[in-house]
Amino acid sequence: MALKHLPLKKSPWIFHLSTGSCNNCDIELLDCLTPRFDVERFGILLVGSVRHADALLVTGALTRQCVPRLKECYEQMPKPGLVIAIGNCACSSCIFRDSYNIVGPIDKFVPVDVYIPGCPPKPEAMISGIVKALGKL
Amino acid sequence: MTDQRKQTLQELQERFGAKLEMEERSPKRIYVLVDKTDVPDVIRFMFQEQGARLCTASGIDGRWGVEIIYHFSYDGQNMIVSLKTLVEKPFLKIQSVATFLPAANWIEREIHEMLGVEFIGHPDMRRLLLPDDWPEGEYPFRRS
Amino acid sequence: MSYTIPIGPYHPLLEEPEFFKLKVEGERVVDMDVRIGYNHRGIEKVAESKTWDQDTFLVERVCGICSTSHPIAYVNSVEDLLQIEIPERAKYIRCVVGELERVHSHLLWAGLAGHFIGYNTVFMWAWKYREIILDVFEHITGNRNHYAMMRIGGVRKDILKEDIPGFLASMDELNEKNDMLTKAVIDDPVLHARLKGVGILSKEDAIAYGVLGPTARASGYDIDVRRDEPYAAYDLVDWDVIIMEEGDVFAKAAVRLLENTESIKIIRQCLERLQSMPEGDFFLPVEDFPVGEGIGHHEAPRGECFHYVRSDGSNSPIRHKIRAPTFQNLPSFKASCIGETVADVTLVTASIDPCYCCTERMVTVEDNEGNQMYDGQDLIRLSQEKTEHIREQMKG
Repeated sequence: MALKHLPLKKSPWIFHLSTGSCNNCDIELLDCLTPRFDVERFGILLVGSVRHADALLVTGALTRQCVPRLKECYEQMPKPGLVIAIGNCACSSCIFRDSYNIVGPIDKFVPVDVYIPGCPPKPEAMISGIVKALGKL
Repeated sequence: MTDQRKQTLQELQERFGAKLEMEERSPKRIYVLVDKTDVPDVIRFMFQEQGARLCTASGIDGRWGVEIIYHFSYDGQNMIVSLKTLVEKPFLKIQSVATFLPAANWIEREIHEMLGVEFIGHPDMRRLLLPDDWPEGEYPFRRS
Repeated sequence: MSYTIPIGPYHPLLEEPEFFKLKVEGERVVDMDVRIGYNHRGIEKVAESKTWDQDTFLVERVCGICSTSHPIAYVNSVEDLLQIEIPERAKYIRCVVGELERVHSHLLWAGLAGHFIGYNTVFMWAWKYREIILDVFEHITGNRNHYAMMRIGGVRKDILKEDIPGFLASMDELNEKNDMLTKAVIDDPVLHARLKGVGILSKEDAIAYGVLGPTARASGYDIDVRRDEPYAAYDLVDWDVIIMEEGDVFAKAAVRLLENTESIKIIRQCLERLQSMPEGDFFLPVEDFPVGEGIGHHEAPRGECFHYVRSDGSNSPIRHKIRAPTFQNLPSFKASCIGETVADVTLVTASIDPCYCCTERMVTVEDNEGNQMYDGQDLIRLSQEKTEHIREQMKG
């Protein structure tokens, strides 16, 4: 593993992006910050700007309106950066794949490093997925 | 059916007479057929004088036109009265009720962009749900 | 001189994307517009190609927070079409699930609102006590969210007698924590100064815009589907509707927290009835769908959830109209936001508890040359700073 990736492994800062989700994955993700799971003790922080992020966590089935934003966020994220697809909708568009307004899944537009399926994936699954993603580096 | 419900429906029938065709599917669900030109007056009466609440409006594409159903709830009386009207093709125009009923503002915008119905006099007819780059003239809920 | 402030589409604690445009003059908001559509997934159209049973799972995914509200409204509408009455056991179970969801949703909201005004402890505590409810859900249904409990004609799983004492104990614990949170909010003088008189929605505006749920009840508009058109077991148990007159953010917060107490009361009574009832059917088998129409509604945590279905006798609905409460509540933001300061905007938005994914399917302040003055983080920081300022003033 390259030297520049070492700090990344210790405490990834994550930016959360919802591209048209029912919000359940987003709530379970925020749940990771709360006392029961408390990922902040591992140094994982939710940041307000993608320019500070090491990992982009994407939820949602990707509506047409969100495509330019997804691409922009991916480009603005400093590399090396991870893209993690959270939830069935981000992984495969799930039940919405035939809808007229859904163009996903997200791996059609950005390269995805880790897929965390589930509807919604439990916080334990998300933490496990993020740890696996860090292991990829 | 309770006396209060009977009275409300009687008032409505007396006010508009033959313009309304009322059908009682069950004590709590009344469906009223009305011509599109009478819609604003009937809604004004139901909202302003009878205190009904607009729940929403459903638009359904059909062979002869778009059927719009305005659903009104009479909360204290445990009854929903659905006002049905047909907006004929190819003109697809109907008077907007959003001018005196702000609750109808967004739903008329939605029916316009999904089905292509023009609501005459709507204060703010802009795209609501579809993306900016959705082609004009393409209505997702049209069947033909 | 007026500036236009776009808010959105993304910022960290408003989990869903939306785009508000605020026009400000000095510090005051003079006009507001909102652009939605980022979450529009075309669910109504997808519903036409799914069978009646598949639709129950589809509508669950309209919204994650009020996950069971849409299925309850949907099965109510299909049962209206079929003109059937579900077994009594199913009624109580539906009530339990619906009310548990109400408490979880209001606690979630309390946490977010707490963050917006700078009370991060409230955020952490509210979400921690939410876990009690999620554990009960996992025990009954197998999942913390998206419980898939509803089916046409009843419910999909039973609540077993041997589990009920455990759930009653959880409800006692939840009640205690909720009481603590409620008192902390209602008795705090800083919160009084921060939230009272902010974002007032008058009763006339509430009626004109047709707002629903706690947003309406906080403005004195007395509507609640559970009492006005009782379904499930709401007319079989004792509970009260909470109404306040002021219409400001404080009233909305108080209504939600006090509603939690009523919900826990309903849940306890339903669980006790289930415990004393003999074992029995919890669903009615449904075979055929007649031609016709059905309307169903349910009091979701944010207000009335309305579903309309039309059937032509086939296996799928030919039209399924879904109207979520936030669709009616959002436009009223125009009336409650105008006249407020920039620092209060996030709070007034949050007070109607917007659920954009239900409605459909963020903030930078720019000056007239398009140069950015504030962004989303800045507006939350402004809101938190205002609270700090008020706290300092009260100390001194």
